Amino acid sequence: MVDTKVTLSGLTLDNPVIPASGTFGFGYEFAEIYDIDILGSLSFKGTTREPRFGNPTPRIAECPSGMLNAVGLQNPGIDKVIEEELPKLRQVFHKPVVANISGFSIDEYVECCGRIDQEEQVGIIEVNISCPNVHNGGMSFGTSPESAAEVTRQVKAVTTKPVYMKLSPNVTDIAAIAQACEEAGADGISLINTLMGMRIDLRRRVPVLKNVTGGLSGPAVLPVALRMVWQVYEAVSVPIIGMGGVSTARDVIEMMLAGATAVEVGAANLKNPLAAKEIIEKLPPLMEELGIGRLSDIIGGAH
Amino acid sequence: MEKREFEVSSNELIASNTWKMNLLGDARSITRPGQFVNIELPGFFLRRPISVCAWRDWEVTIIYKVVGQGTSYMSRLEPGVKLDLLCGLGNGYDVTKAGERPLLVGGGAGVPPMYALAEWLIRDGRQVTVIEGFNTAGEVFYEREFADLGASVRITTADGSVGTRGFVTDAMDGDFTYVYACGPEPMLRAVYDRCADGQFSFEERMGCGFGACMGCTCETKYGYKRICRDGPVLERGEIVW
Repeated sequence: MVDTKVTLSGLTLDNPVIPASGTFGFGYEFAEIYDIDILGSLSFKGTTREPRFGNPTPRIAECPSGMLNAVGLQNPGIDKVIEEELPKLRQVFHKPVVANISGFSIDEYVECCGRIDQEEQVGIIEVNISCPNVHNGGMSFGTSPESAAEVTRQVKAVTTKPVYMKLSPNVTDIAAIAQACEEAGADGISLINTLMGMRIDLRRRVPVLKNVTGGLSGPAVLPVALRMVWQVYEAVSVPIIGMGGVSTARDVIEMMLAGATAVEVGAANLKNPLAAKEIIEKLPPLMEELGIGRLSDIIGGAH
Repeated sequence: MEKREFEVSSNELIASNTWKMNLLGDARSITRPGQFVNIELPGFFLRRPISVCAWRDWEVTIIYKVVGQGTSYMSRLEPGVKLDLLCGLGNGYDVTKAGERPLLVGGGAGVPPMYALAEWLIRDGRQVTVIEGFNTAGEVFYEREFADLGASVRITTADGSVGTRGFVTDAMDGDFTYVYACGPEPMLRAVYDRCADGQFSFEERMGCGFGACMGCTCETKYGYKRICRDGPVLERGEIVW
Protein backbone atom coordinates (compact mmCIF):
# COMPACT_ATOMS: atom_id res chain seq x y z
CA MET A 1 0.00 0.00 0.00
CA VAL A 2 1.63 3.24 -1.14
CA ASP A 3 1.24 6.58 0.67
CA THR A 4 0.31 9.49 -1.59
CA LYS A 5 -0.07 12.08 1.17
CA VAL A 6 1.87 15.32 1.06
CA THR A 7 1.93 18.26 3.45
CA LEU A 8 1.89 21.94 2.47
CA SER A 9 2.63 24.28 5.40
CA GLY A 10 0.91 21.99 7.88
CA LEU A 11 -2.00 21.15 5.58
CA THR A 12 -1.95 17.46 4.72
CA LEU A 13 -3.44 16.50 1.35
CA ASP A 14 -4.55 12.96 0.50
CA ASN A 15 -2.55 13.28 -2.70
CA PRO A 16 -0.57 16.06 -4.38
CA VAL A 17 -3.05 16.68 -7.24
CA ILE A 18 -4.72 20.11 -7.26
CA PRO A 19 -6.66 21.44 -10.28
CA ALA A 20 -5.11 24.78 -11.22
CA SER A 21 -6.94 28.06 -10.93
CA GLY A 22 -8.87 29.08 -14.02
CA THR A 23 -9.22 25.54 -15.36
CA PHE A 24 -11.70 24.22 -12.82
CA GLY A 25 -14.08 27.09 -12.12
CA PHE A 26 -15.49 26.53 -8.65
CA GLY A 27 -15.59 22.79 -9.13
CA TYR A 28 -19.22 22.05 -9.90
CA GLU A 29 -18.95 21.43 -13.64
CA PHE A 30 -16.53 18.63 -12.78
CA ALA A 31 -18.57 17.39 -9.82
CA GLU A 32 -21.20 16.41 -12.41
CA ILE A 33 -18.93 13.71 -13.81
CA TYR A 34 -16.86 12.57 -10.86
CA ASP A 35 -16.59 12.82 -7.09
CA ILE A 36 -14.14 15.70 -6.75
CA ASP A 37 -13.52 14.85 -3.09
CA ILE A 38 -10.79 12.55 -4.41
CA LEU A 39 -8.69 15.63 -5.23
CA GLY A 40 -5.85 16.71 -2.95
CA SER A 41 -7.34 20.17 -3.04
CA LEU A 42 -8.49 22.59 -5.73
CA SER A 43 -7.44 26.11 -6.60
CA PHE A 44 -10.52 28.11 -7.45
CA LYS A 45 -11.00 30.67 -10.20
CA GLY A 46 -8.76 33.73 -9.74
CA THR A 47 -10.72 36.27 -7.71
CA THR A 48 -10.44 40.05 -7.71
CA ARG A 49 -12.13 42.74 -5.62
CA GLU A 50 -14.54 43.84 -8.38
CA PRO A 51 -16.50 41.56 -10.72
CA ARG A 52 -14.68 41.29 -14.06
CA PHE A 53 -15.91 40.42 -17.54
CA GLY A 54 -12.38 39.78 -18.72
CA ASN A 55 -11.10 40.31 -22.24
CA PRO A 56 -13.09 40.39 -25.48
CA THR A 57 -13.34 37.13 -27.43
CA PRO A 58 -11.71 35.24 -29.07
CA ARG A 59 -9.88 34.39 -25.86
CA ILE A 60 -8.65 30.95 -26.86
CA ALA A 61 -6.20 29.74 -29.50
CA GLU A 62 -4.85 26.28 -30.14
CA CYS A 63 -1.12 25.57 -30.26
CA PRO A 64 1.03 22.51 -30.85
CA SER A 65 0.71 20.57 -27.56
CA GLY A 66 -1.12 23.32 -25.79
CA MET A 67 -3.29 26.39 -25.93
CA LEU A 68 -3.26 30.12 -25.43
CA ASN A 69 -5.80 31.81 -23.24
CA ALA A 70 -6.48 35.48 -22.74
CA VAL A 71 -9.49 35.20 -20.47
CA GLY A 72 -8.30 38.13 -18.40
CA LEU A 73 -9.46 37.11 -14.92
CA GLN A 74 -13.17 36.90 -15.56
CA ASN A 75 -14.69 36.36 -12.12
CA PRO A 76 -17.75 37.42 -10.11
CA GLY A 77 -15.72 39.48 -7.60
CA ILE A 78 -14.86 38.61 -4.02
CA ASP A 79 -18.29 39.47 -2.55
CA LYS A 80 -20.08 36.96 -4.76
CA VAL A 81 -17.30 34.43 -4.42
CA ILE A 82 -17.72 34.48 -0.64
CA GLU A 83 -21.52 34.74 -0.63
CA GLU A 84 -22.40 32.41 -3.51
CA GLU A 85 -19.54 30.40 -4.96
CA LEU A 86 -17.91 29.12 -1.77
CA PRO A 87 -21.21 27.83 -0.29
CA LYS A 88 -21.93 26.03 -3.59
CA LEU A 89 -18.41 24.63 -3.68
CA ARG A 90 -18.87 23.40 -0.12
CA GLN A 91 -21.69 21.14 -1.33
CA VAL A 92 -19.40 19.24 -3.70
CA PHE A 93 -15.94 19.54 -2.15
CA HIS A 94 -15.37 18.89 1.52
CA LYS A 95 -11.66 19.61 1.92
CA PRO A 96 -9.73 22.86 2.39
CA VAL A 97 -9.36 24.78 -0.88
CA VAL A 98 -6.63 26.90 -2.35
CA ALA A 99 -7.98 30.45 -2.71
CA ASN A 100 -6.48 32.10 -5.78
CA ILE A 101 -6.47 35.89 -5.41
CA SER A 102 -5.48 38.45 -8.00
CA GLY A 103 -5.33 42.21 -8.04
CA PHE A 104 -4.50 45.45 -9.74
CA SER A 105 -3.06 47.25 -6.72
CA ILE A 106 -1.42 46.26 -3.47
CA ASP A 107 -4.51 47.54 -1.67
CA GLU A 108 -6.67 45.16 -3.65
CA TYR A 109 -4.46 42.16 -2.86
CA VAL A 110 -4.48 43.13 0.82
CA GLU A 111 -8.25 43.57 0.97
CA CYS A 112 -9.10 40.37 -0.89
CA CYS A 113 -6.54 38.21 0.91
CA GLY A 114 -7.62 39.60 4.27
CA ARG A 115 -11.24 38.74 3.54
CA ILE A 116 -10.66 35.29 2.09
CA ASP A 117 -8.43 34.51 5.08
CA GLN A 118 -11.61 34.57 7.24
CA GLU A 119 -13.21 31.74 5.26
CA GLU A 120 -13.06 28.42 7.02
CA GLN A 121 -12.98 26.52 3.72
CA VAL A 122 -9.72 28.12 2.70
CA GLY A 123 -6.57 26.14 3.48
CA ILE A 124 -4.03 28.12 1.49
CA ILE A 125 -4.08 31.54 -0.14
CA GLU A 126 -2.41 31.52 -3.54
CA VAL A 127 -1.58 35.08 -4.53
CA ASN A 128 -1.47 35.44 -8.30
CA ILE A 129 1.15 38.05 -9.16
CA SER A 130 1.61 36.57 -12.60
CA CYS A 131 -1.49 36.88 -14.80
CA PRO A 132 -0.20 37.79 -18.27
CA ASN A 133 -3.60 38.78 -19.63
CA VAL A 134 -4.48 41.91 -17.69
CA HIS A 135 -3.04 45.34 -17.98
CA ASN A 136 -1.70 47.48 -15.11
CA GLY A 137 -1.72 44.66 -12.63
CA GLY A 138 -1.33 40.93 -12.46
CA MET A 139 2.01 40.02 -13.87
CA SER A 140 3.56 43.42 -13.30
CA PHE A 141 3.78 42.64 -9.57
CA GLY A 142 5.53 39.37 -10.23
CA THR A 143 8.28 40.46 -12.55
CA SER A 144 10.56 42.19 -10.07
CA PRO A 145 11.81 40.86 -6.72
CA GLU A 146 10.99 44.16 -5.02
CA SER A 147 7.33 44.36 -6.02
CA ALA A 148 6.80 40.62 -5.45
CA ALA A 149 8.25 41.02 -1.96
CA GLU A 150 6.11 44.07 -1.29
CA VAL A 151 2.86 42.25 -2.17
CA THR A 152 3.99 39.29 -0.05
CA ARG A 153 4.82 41.44 2.96
CA GLN A 154 1.56 43.35 2.90
CA VAL A 155 -0.59 40.25 2.36
CA LYS A 156 1.20 38.40 5.14
CA ALA A 157 0.47 41.29 7.49
CA VAL A 158 -3.30 40.75 7.15
CA THR A 159 -3.55 36.96 6.93
CA THR A 160 -3.21 33.98 9.23
CA LYS A 161 -3.30 31.20 6.65
CA PRO A 162 -0.35 29.99 4.57
CA VAL A 163 0.37 32.37 1.70
CA TYR A 164 1.77 30.97 -1.55
CA MET A 165 2.96 33.44 -4.16
CA LYS A 166 2.16 32.34 -7.73
CA LEU A 167 5.01 33.36 -9.99
CA SER A 168 5.34 34.17 -13.66
CA PRO A 169 7.76 32.37 -15.96
CA ASN A 170 8.04 35.54 -18.06
CA VAL A 171 11.08 36.74 -16.12
CA THR A 172 14.85 36.46 -16.40
CA ASP A 173 15.54 35.17 -12.89
CA ILE A 174 12.66 33.35 -11.25
CA ALA A 175 14.84 32.12 -8.38
CA ALA A 176 15.57 35.70 -7.30
CA ILE A 177 11.84 36.50 -7.25
CA ALA A 178 11.06 33.34 -5.28
CA GLN A 179 13.80 34.21 -2.78
CA ALA A 180 12.44 37.73 -2.39
CA CYS A 181 8.99 36.30 -1.64
CA GLU A 182 10.41 33.85 0.88
CA GLU A 183 12.35 36.60 2.65
CA ALA A 184 9.17 38.70 2.75
CA GLY A 185 7.41 35.89 4.58
CA ALA A 186 5.81 33.71 1.89
CA ASP A 187 4.92 30.27 3.19
CA GLY A 188 5.34 28.71 -0.23
CA ILE A 189 5.77 29.32 -3.95
CA SER A 190 3.41 28.31 -6.78
CA LEU A 191 4.82 28.15 -10.27
CA ILE A 192 4.53 28.51 -13.20
CA ASN A 193 1.75 30.71 -14.53
CA THR A 194 1.40 30.70 -18.33
CA LEU A 195 4.06 31.79 -20.82
CA MET A 196 3.15 34.78 -22.95
CA GLY A 197 2.59 33.94 -26.59
CA MET A 198 0.51 34.72 -29.65
CA ARG A 199 -0.86 33.23 -32.86
CA ILE A 200 -1.82 34.84 -36.15
CA ASP A 201 -4.74 34.03 -38.45
CA LEU A 202 -3.23 33.42 -41.91
CA ARG A 203 -6.31 34.34 -43.91
CA ARG A 204 -7.33 37.44 -42.00
CA ARG A 205 -3.73 38.47 -41.16
CA VAL A 206 -4.58 39.46 -37.62
CA PRO A 207 -3.78 37.95 -34.23
CA VAL A 208 -6.13 35.08 -33.36
CA LEU A 209 -6.68 36.49 -29.89
CA LYS A 210 -8.52 39.77 -29.58
CA ASN A 211 -6.12 40.61 -26.74
CA VAL A 212 -3.25 39.95 -29.22
CA THR A 213 -1.24 37.98 -26.65
CA GLY A 214 -2.25 35.18 -24.32
CA GLY A 215 -0.79 32.70 -21.89
CA LEU A 216 0.54 29.38 -23.18
CA SER A 217 -0.28 26.27 -21.18
CA GLY A 218 -0.42 22.54 -21.81
CA PRO A 219 2.25 19.87 -22.34
CA ALA A 220 4.30 22.33 -24.42
CA VAL A 221 5.33 24.20 -21.25
CA LEU A 222 6.16 21.21 -19.01
CA PRO A 223 9.93 21.33 -19.61
CA VAL A 224 10.03 25.05 -18.84
CA ALA A 225 8.01 24.50 -15.68
CA LEU A 226 10.27 21.66 -14.56
CA ARG A 227 13.36 23.79 -15.09
CA MET A 228 11.90 26.65 -13.07
CA VAL A 229 10.66 24.42 -10.24
CA TRP A 230 14.16 22.94 -10.17
CA GLN A 231 15.75 26.40 -9.92
CA VAL A 232 13.35 27.65 -7.27
CA TYR A 233 13.82 24.47 -5.20
CA GLU A 234 17.54 25.20 -5.10
CA ALA A 235 16.90 28.79 -4.03
CA VAL A 236 14.24 28.54 -1.30
CA SER A 237 13.37 26.26 1.60
CA VAL A 238 9.57 26.79 1.60
CA PRO A 239 7.35 24.25 -0.18
CA ILE A 240 6.64 24.56 -3.90
CA ILE A 241 3.40 23.85 -5.74
CA GLY A 242 4.60 22.94 -9.23
CA MET A 243 2.49 23.37 -12.33
CA GLY A 244 2.77 23.82 -16.06
CA GLY A 245 1.72 21.19 -18.57
CA VAL A 246 1.12 18.40 -16.07
CA SER A 247 -1.16 15.87 -17.78
CA THR A 248 -0.22 12.44 -16.43
CA ALA A 249 0.83 10.71 -13.23
CA ARG A 250 4.34 10.49 -14.69
CA ASP A 251 4.39 14.29 -15.00
CA VAL A 252 3.40 14.55 -11.33
CA ILE A 253 6.33 12.37 -10.27
CA GLU A 254 8.69 14.34 -12.52
CA MET A 255 7.47 17.63 -11.05
CA MET A 256 7.99 16.33 -7.52
CA LEU A 257 11.47 15.04 -8.32
CA ALA A 258 12.24 18.57 -9.56
CA GLY A 259 11.20 19.92 -6.16
CA ALA A 260 7.42 20.29 -5.97
CA THR A 261 5.58 19.17 -2.83
CA ALA A 262 2.22 19.33 -4.60
CA VAL A 263 1.26 19.67 -8.24
CA GLU A 264 -1.43 21.64 -10.01
CA VAL A 265 -3.09 20.31 -13.14
CA GLY A 266 -4.36 23.00 -15.50
CA ALA A 267 -4.99 22.80 -19.23
CA ALA A 268 -5.33 19.02 -19.04
CA ASN A 269 -8.70 19.49 -17.28
CA LEU A 270 -10.01 21.43 -20.25
CA LYS A 271 -9.10 18.79 -22.80
CA ASN A 272 -10.16 15.91 -20.59
CA PRO A 273 -12.52 16.75 -17.73
CA LEU A 274 -11.50 13.49 -16.07
CA ALA A 275 -7.77 14.29 -16.23
CA ALA A 276 -7.24 14.97 -12.52
CA LYS A 277 -9.21 11.84 -11.58
CA GLU A 278 -7.23 9.68 -13.99
CA ILE A 279 -3.93 11.08 -12.69
CA ILE A 280 -4.92 10.35 -9.08
CA GLU A 281 -5.96 6.81 -9.99
CA LYS A 282 -2.72 6.13 -11.84
CA LEU A 283 -0.42 7.47 -9.13
CA PRO A 284 -0.43 4.38 -6.83
CA PRO A 285 0.38 1.81 -9.54
CA LEU A 286 3.03 4.13 -10.97
CA MET A 287 4.56 4.55 -7.51
CA GLU A 288 4.70 0.77 -7.15
CA GLU A 289 6.30 0.45 -10.56
CA LEU A 290 8.93 3.04 -9.59
CA GLY A 291 9.51 1.62 -6.11
CA ILE A 292 8.13 4.67 -4.31
CA GLY A 293 6.50 3.79 -0.98
CA ARG A 294 5.86 7.26 0.32
CA LEU A 295 5.35 10.01 -2.23
CA SER A 296 6.62 12.77 0.04
CA ASP A 297 10.03 11.04 0.09
CA ILE A 298 10.71 11.95 -3.53
CA ILE A 299 10.28 15.73 -3.27
CA GLY A 300 13.38 17.26 -4.82
CA GLY A 301 14.72 13.74 -5.27
CA ALA A 302 16.49 14.55 -8.54
CA HIS A 303 18.75 17.18 -6.99
CA MET B 1 -22.12 16.06 -19.90
CA GLU B 2 -20.65 12.65 -20.43
CA LYS B 3 -17.32 11.52 -21.85
CA ARG B 4 -17.85 8.58 -24.18
CA GLU B 5 -16.08 6.63 -26.86
CA PHE B 6 -17.79 6.59 -30.25
CA GLU B 7 -17.00 4.72 -33.45
CA VAL B 8 -17.23 6.38 -36.85
CA SER B 9 -19.74 4.40 -38.92
CA SER B 10 -19.75 6.66 -41.99
CA ASN B 11 -18.14 9.89 -43.11
CA GLU B 12 -19.09 11.30 -46.50
CA LEU B 13 -18.94 14.49 -48.52
CA ILE B 14 -22.51 15.77 -49.00
CA ALA B 15 -21.88 19.27 -50.41
CA SER B 16 -19.00 21.61 -51.12
CA ASN B 17 -16.53 21.23 -48.19
CA THR B 18 -19.37 19.81 -46.15
CA TRP B 19 -19.22 16.36 -44.54
CA LYS B 20 -21.69 14.17 -42.76
CA MET B 21 -20.41 11.80 -40.10
CA ASN B 22 -22.31 9.13 -38.22
CA LEU B 23 -20.95 8.03 -34.87
CA LEU B 24 -22.05 5.02 -32.85
CA GLY B 25 -21.93 5.18 -29.07
CA ASP B 26 -23.87 6.09 -25.97
CA ALA B 27 -25.57 9.38 -26.83
CA ARG B 28 -28.15 9.31 -24.07
CA SER B 29 -26.74 12.44 -22.44
CA ILE B 30 -28.05 14.49 -25.37
CA THR B 31 -31.47 15.75 -24.38
CA ARG B 32 -32.31 18.72 -26.59
CA PRO B 33 -31.86 19.84 -30.19
CA GLY B 34 -29.22 22.55 -30.44
CA GLN B 35 -26.76 20.83 -28.11
CA PHE B 36 -23.28 19.94 -29.32
CA VAL B 37 -20.53 17.38 -28.91
CA ASN B 38 -16.84 18.17 -28.37
CA ILE B 39 -14.58 15.80 -30.26
CA GLU B 40 -11.01 14.92 -29.32
CA LEU B 41 -8.78 14.49 -32.36
CA PRO B 42 -5.37 12.81 -32.16
CA GLY B 43 -2.63 15.39 -32.62
CA PHE B 44 -4.79 18.38 -31.69
CA PHE B 45 -4.77 19.86 -28.21
CA LEU B 46 -8.27 21.30 -28.22
CA ARG B 47 -11.41 19.38 -29.00
CA ARG B 48 -13.66 20.39 -31.89
CA PRO B 49 -17.16 21.49 -30.89
CA ILE B 50 -19.73 20.40 -33.49
CA SER B 51 -23.50 20.76 -33.28
CA VAL B 52 -25.65 17.66 -33.26
CA CYS B 53 -27.66 17.23 -36.47
CA ALA B 54 -29.60 14.18 -35.29
CA TRP B 55 -29.33 11.64 -32.53
CA ARG B 56 -30.74 8.40 -31.21
CA ASP B 57 -29.82 6.69 -27.95
CA TRP B 58 -26.79 5.01 -29.52
CA GLU B 59 -26.04 7.18 -32.56
CA VAL B 60 -25.07 10.76 -33.34
CA THR B 61 -25.05 12.43 -36.75
CA ILE B 62 -22.98 15.56 -37.28
CA ILE B 63 -22.54 17.71 -40.37
CA TYR B 64 -19.42 19.82 -40.42
CA LYS B 65 -17.71 22.18 -42.79
CA VAL B 66 -13.98 21.81 -43.42
CA VAL B 67 -12.59 25.17 -42.37
CA GLY B 68 -9.23 24.37 -40.78
CA GLN B 69 -6.76 21.65 -39.90
CA GLY B 70 -9.00 19.96 -37.34
CA THR B 71 -12.05 19.60 -39.58
CA SER B 72 -9.75 18.64 -42.46
CA TYR B 73 -8.41 15.81 -40.28
CA MET B 74 -11.98 14.79 -39.45
CA SER B 75 -12.87 14.56 -43.13
CA ARG B 76 -10.18 11.91 -43.59
CA LEU B 77 -11.44 9.62 -40.81
CA GLU B 78 -12.55 6.19 -41.98
CA PRO B 79 -15.39 4.07 -40.61
CA GLY B 80 -14.21 2.06 -37.61
CA VAL B 81 -12.09 4.85 -36.13
CA LYS B 82 -12.78 5.43 -32.43
CA LEU B 83 -13.20 8.98 -31.14
CA ASP B 84 -13.53 10.42 -27.65
CA LEU B 85 -16.55 12.72 -27.36
CA LEU B 86 -17.86 14.98 -24.65
CA CYS B 87 -21.55 14.56 -25.20
CA GLY B 88 -24.68 16.49 -24.31
CA LEU B 89 -23.03 19.91 -24.10
CA GLY B 90 -24.83 23.24 -24.14
CA ASN B 91 -28.39 24.21 -23.30
CA GLY B 92 -30.04 23.52 -26.65
CA TYR B 93 -33.33 24.98 -27.91
CA ASP B 94 -36.40 25.28 -25.75
CA VAL B 95 -39.00 23.51 -27.88
CA THR B 96 -41.90 24.53 -25.64
CA LYS B 97 -41.91 28.04 -27.08
CA ALA B 98 -42.43 27.02 -30.70
CA GLY B 99 -46.17 27.61 -31.01
CA GLU B 100 -48.10 26.06 -33.89
CA ARG B 101 -46.09 27.44 -36.83
CA PRO B 102 -42.40 27.84 -35.92
CA LEU B 103 -39.83 29.13 -38.41
CA LEU B 104 -36.39 27.50 -38.36
CA VAL B 105 -33.58 29.47 -39.99
CA GLY B 106 -30.15 27.94 -40.65
CA GLY B 107 -27.24 29.51 -42.45
CA GLY B 108 -24.46 27.29 -43.87
CA ALA B 109 -22.89 25.31 -41.03
CA GLY B 110 -25.82 26.54 -38.90
CA VAL B 111 -28.27 24.32 -40.79
CA PRO B 112 -27.50 20.96 -39.11
CA PRO B 113 -28.97 21.63 -35.63
CA MET B 114 -32.19 22.72 -37.34
CA TYR B 115 -32.67 19.14 -38.50
CA ALA B 116 -32.94 17.68 -34.99
CA LEU B 117 -35.14 20.61 -34.02
CA ALA B 118 -37.43 20.12 -37.02
CA GLU B 119 -37.66 16.41 -36.29
CA TRP B 120 -38.68 17.12 -32.69
CA LEU B 121 -41.22 19.82 -33.53
CA ILE B 122 -42.85 17.85 -36.36
CA ARG B 123 -43.13 14.80 -34.12
CA ASP B 124 -44.85 17.18 -31.72
CA GLY B 125 -47.41 18.08 -34.39
CA ARG B 126 -46.10 21.54 -35.29
CA GLN B 127 -46.23 23.01 -38.77
CA VAL B 128 -42.55 23.67 -39.43
CA THR B 129 -41.02 25.96 -42.05
CA VAL B 130 -37.26 25.77 -42.61
CA ILE B 131 -35.16 28.39 -44.39
CA GLU B 132 -31.71 27.22 -45.40
CA GLY B 133 -29.27 29.91 -46.51
CA PHE B 134 -26.09 29.28 -48.49
CA ASN B 135 -23.67 31.18 -50.71
CA THR B 136 -24.15 29.05 -53.79
CA ALA B 137 -25.88 25.92 -55.13
CA GLY B 138 -22.89 23.63 -54.51
CA GLU B 139 -23.14 24.23 -50.77
CA VAL B 140 -26.77 23.23 -50.43
CA PHE B 141 -27.55 20.13 -48.36
CA TYR B 142 -30.50 18.51 -46.62
CA GLU B 143 -33.23 20.15 -48.72
CA ARG B 144 -34.83 16.75 -49.32
CA GLU B 145 -34.18 15.50 -45.76
CA PHE B 146 -36.10 18.41 -44.28
CA ALA B 147 -38.92 17.88 -46.79
CA ASP B 148 -39.01 14.17 -45.93
CA LEU B 149 -39.59 15.10 -42.28
CA GLY B 150 -42.63 17.05 -43.42
CA ALA B 151 -41.20 20.56 -43.19
CA SER B 152 -41.88 23.27 -45.72
CA VAL B 153 -38.40 24.13 -47.07
CA ARG B 154 -37.13 27.40 -48.53
CA ILE B 155 -33.61 27.70 -49.94
CA THR B 156 -31.75 30.96 -50.41
CA THR B 157 -28.38 31.47 -52.09
CA ALA B 158 -26.40 34.68 -52.11
CA ASP B 159 -25.62 34.25 -55.84
CA GLY B 160 -29.11 33.10 -56.78
CA SER B 161 -27.84 29.83 -58.28
CA VAL B 162 -30.69 28.00 -56.57
CA GLY B 163 -33.74 29.10 -54.61
CA THR B 164 -34.36 32.69 -53.66
CA ARG B 165 -31.49 35.02 -54.51
CA GLY B 166 -30.22 36.80 -51.40
CA PHE B 167 -30.13 36.03 -47.71
CA VAL B 168 -32.37 34.05 -45.39
CA THR B 169 -34.20 37.24 -44.48
CA ASP B 170 -35.35 37.52 -48.11
CA ALA B 171 -37.43 34.38 -47.56
CA MET B 172 -38.83 35.17 -44.12
CA ASP B 173 -42.29 36.36 -45.18
CA GLY B 174 -45.16 34.52 -43.59
CA ASP B 175 -47.11 34.18 -40.37
CA PHE B 176 -44.88 32.37 -37.88
CA THR B 177 -45.40 31.81 -34.18
CA TYR B 178 -41.71 31.70 -33.21
CA VAL B 179 -38.20 31.77 -34.73
CA TYR B 180 -35.25 29.48 -34.12
CA ALA B 181 -31.97 30.45 -35.79
CA CYS B 182 -28.40 29.23 -36.12
CA GLY B 183 -25.73 30.62 -38.40
CA PRO B 184 -23.05 33.26 -38.78
CA GLU B 185 -23.48 36.33 -36.59
CA PRO B 186 -24.49 38.76 -39.39
CA MET B 187 -27.28 36.33 -40.32
CA LEU B 188 -28.42 36.00 -36.71
CA ARG B 189 -28.53 39.76 -36.40
CA ALA B 190 -30.54 40.18 -39.59
CA VAL B 191 -33.03 37.54 -38.43
CA TYR B 192 -33.16 39.15 -34.99
CA ASP B 193 -34.15 42.45 -36.60
CA ARG B 194 -36.97 40.75 -38.49
CA CYS B 195 -38.69 38.89 -35.66
CA ALA B 196 -40.40 39.64 -32.37
CA ASP B 197 -39.25 36.62 -30.42
CA GLY B 198 -37.01 33.64 -30.89
CA GLN B 199 -33.91 31.73 -29.93
CA PHE B 200 -30.51 32.19 -31.51
CA SER B 201 -27.56 29.81 -31.39
CA PHE B 202 -24.13 31.44 -31.25
CA GLU B 203 -20.64 30.32 -32.11
CA GLU B 204 -17.42 31.17 -30.30
CA ARG B 205 -13.92 29.78 -30.00
CA MET B 206 -14.00 27.46 -27.01
CA GLY B 207 -11.40 26.05 -24.69
CA CYS B 208 -13.17 23.30 -22.80
CA GLY B 209 -16.76 23.33 -24.11
CA PHE B 210 -18.29 22.62 -20.70
CA GLY B 211 -18.08 25.84 -18.74
CA ALA B 212 -14.77 25.60 -16.91
CA CYS B 213 -12.35 27.91 -18.72
CA MET B 214 -14.41 31.06 -19.38
CA GLY B 215 -12.97 31.15 -22.89
CA CYS B 216 -16.25 31.83 -24.69
CA THR B 217 -18.04 34.31 -22.44
CA CYS B 218 -20.40 36.89 -23.90
CA GLU B 219 -22.39 39.71 -22.38
CA THR B 220 -26.16 39.42 -22.16
CA LYS B 221 -28.84 41.60 -20.66
CA TYR B 222 -28.89 39.24 -17.70
CA GLY B 223 -25.16 39.04 -17.05
CA TYR B 224 -22.22 37.19 -18.49
CA LYS B 225 -22.92 33.88 -20.14
CA ARG B 226 -20.66 31.10 -21.34
CA ILE B 227 -21.61 30.22 -24.91
CA CYS B 228 -20.64 26.60 -24.28
CA ARG B 229 -22.59 26.07 -21.09
CA ASP B 230 -25.26 28.77 -20.63
CA GLY B 231 -25.62 28.84 -24.44
CA PRO B 232 -25.07 28.28 -27.28
CA VAL B 233 -28.76 29.19 -27.51
CA LEU B 234 -29.75 32.62 -26.24
CA GLU B 235 -33.24 34.06 -26.06
CA ARG B 236 -33.85 37.06 -28.29
CA GLY B 237 -34.63 39.21 -25.26
CA GLU B 238 -31.25 38.69 -23.59
CA ILE B 239 -28.96 39.24 -26.56
CA VAL B 240 -26.54 42.16 -26.56
CA TRP B 241 -25.00 42.74 -29.99
